[in-house]
Amino acid sequence: MLAELTHEEILRYSRHLLIPEVGLDGQKRLKNSSVLLIGTGGLGSPAALYLAAAGIGRIGLVDFDVVDPSNLQRQIIHGTSTVNHLKVESARSRMLDLNPDIQVEIHNQPFTSDNAFSIAAEYDLLIDGTDNFPTRYLTNDVCVLLGKPNVYGSIYRFDGQASVFYARKGPCYRCLFPEPPPPGLVPSCAEGGVLGVLPGTIGTIQATEAIKVLLGIGEPLIGKLLLYNALEMSFEYVNLQKNPNCKICGQNPEITQLIDYEEFCGIPGYDHNERAGGYGWDISAVELSTMMANGTIPFLLDVREPHELQISAIDGAVNIPLGALAARLSELDSSRETIVICKAGTRSARALELLLSAGFKRTKNLQGGINAWARDVDPGLPQY
Amino acid sequence: MSIIKIPTPLRPYTDGKSKVTVGGGSVSEALASLVEQHPSLKPHLYSDENEIRPFVNVFIGKDNIKALDGYNTAIEEDAELMIIPSIAGG
Repeated sequence: MLAELTHEEILRYSRHLLIPEVGLDGQKRLKNSSVLLIGTGGLGSPAALYLAAAGIGRIGLVDFDVVDPSNLQRQIIHGTSTVNHLKVESARSRMLDLNPDIQVEIHNQPFTSDNAFSIAAEYDLLIDGTDNFPTRYLTNDVCVLLGKPNVYGSIYRFDGQASVFYARKGPCYRCLFPEPPPPGLVPSCAEGGVLGVLPGTIGTIQATEAIKVLLGIGEPLIGKLLLYNALEMSFEYVNLQKNPNCKICGQNPEITQLIDYEEFCGIPGYDHNERAGGYGWDISAVELSTMMANGTIPFLLDVREPHELQISAIDGAVNIPLGALAARLSELDSSRETIVICKAGTRSARALELLLSAGFKRTKNLQGGINAWARDVDPGLPQY
Repeated sequence: MSIIKIPTPLRPYTDGKSKVTVGGGSVSEALASLVEQHPSLKPHLYSDENEIRPFVNVFIGKDNIKALDGYNTAIEEDAELMIIPSIAGG
């Protein structure tokens, strides 16, 4: 028997109660539903707010990060007053202010193979609002193995994707993407940027789909992938099929329990900070500064996009964006010591790999990128 | 000739172009034509063994070529192909 609505709740949800597809029964169903949000960032912010406002009775939040000023361009559930606070606490506070009648359960920890089943088992549906491939595959596999819907959303710059992966009724994430791209091949939002309002659109679509699935109304995006482009203001759909050979939801599944997702995605010890390192070819900002102060001026190769140099740059650096580097190697002198620079050390690490494989042996990566230079050497430069 | 729509993450490797006109009568030939015109795109679509990477999804209209005849799928003149990228931002 579903819990009844109080008079206050009937007033609060009156605009829902007027819709025949929701009505009193639907609103009671939402009150008795539970959703687990993986991530309280760009996608999780609008999804959490709308699900709270809609009266989903129990909402779980998984995140282990703290609110950073650079989050606030898009992560609208947080605020300036909650910078440096735990994201799950910041989000819970805002959600309960919006709707004190719901329960918000916080899981201040990374979502991992060790805890995923025990956390997810308590919820009806999961929303994938993560920012990395290992957690996306983990979320998918948890949902397939537990038989729960996975409301998927993903963003990059002006592009968004959304779908409902529900292996009991259609394809799963692995049916579309059996394997992740190799590390570094697909830039993250921290690296490539994202229009702040974009996760608002996609996260809101995820909330919409979650509510539809919970209510059993409409046509959820099962077997369909929505492709949104904000610049063109285009919404396109493509059809997705269940892959009979899918390793987790196919006819003869190989994956019957959770695996090591960092290893699967080729990211040992995945670090949620944008940082490269580990190549043994790093130079710190202080070391580079000392070297230059002592009169050794290396060739400074900045592989960021040209517009990023307007934000911050080291005098004398030559700009060749990473995407153009392979075609412009002839402009470089392999005999000269070269320091590769980007924003935070990820793209420059990829450039370093490219240069080393092309025979540029006297090459190093500026650890932490120009942000580290701004922090440790030249505070006159902004970090971004 | 047909058209391949290039997703944003791959546009740095097509000189910023969102659409590239390609030749070829099949999907594999169209992709070969694409990387011939934009060689720096090749590592993103093909493995070191020169095979199309498993995470690359190509659609003709609304249909995944995996549901058709895979990379051997014939393409008609003026067909529009779309590469759907694997993105993870959130």
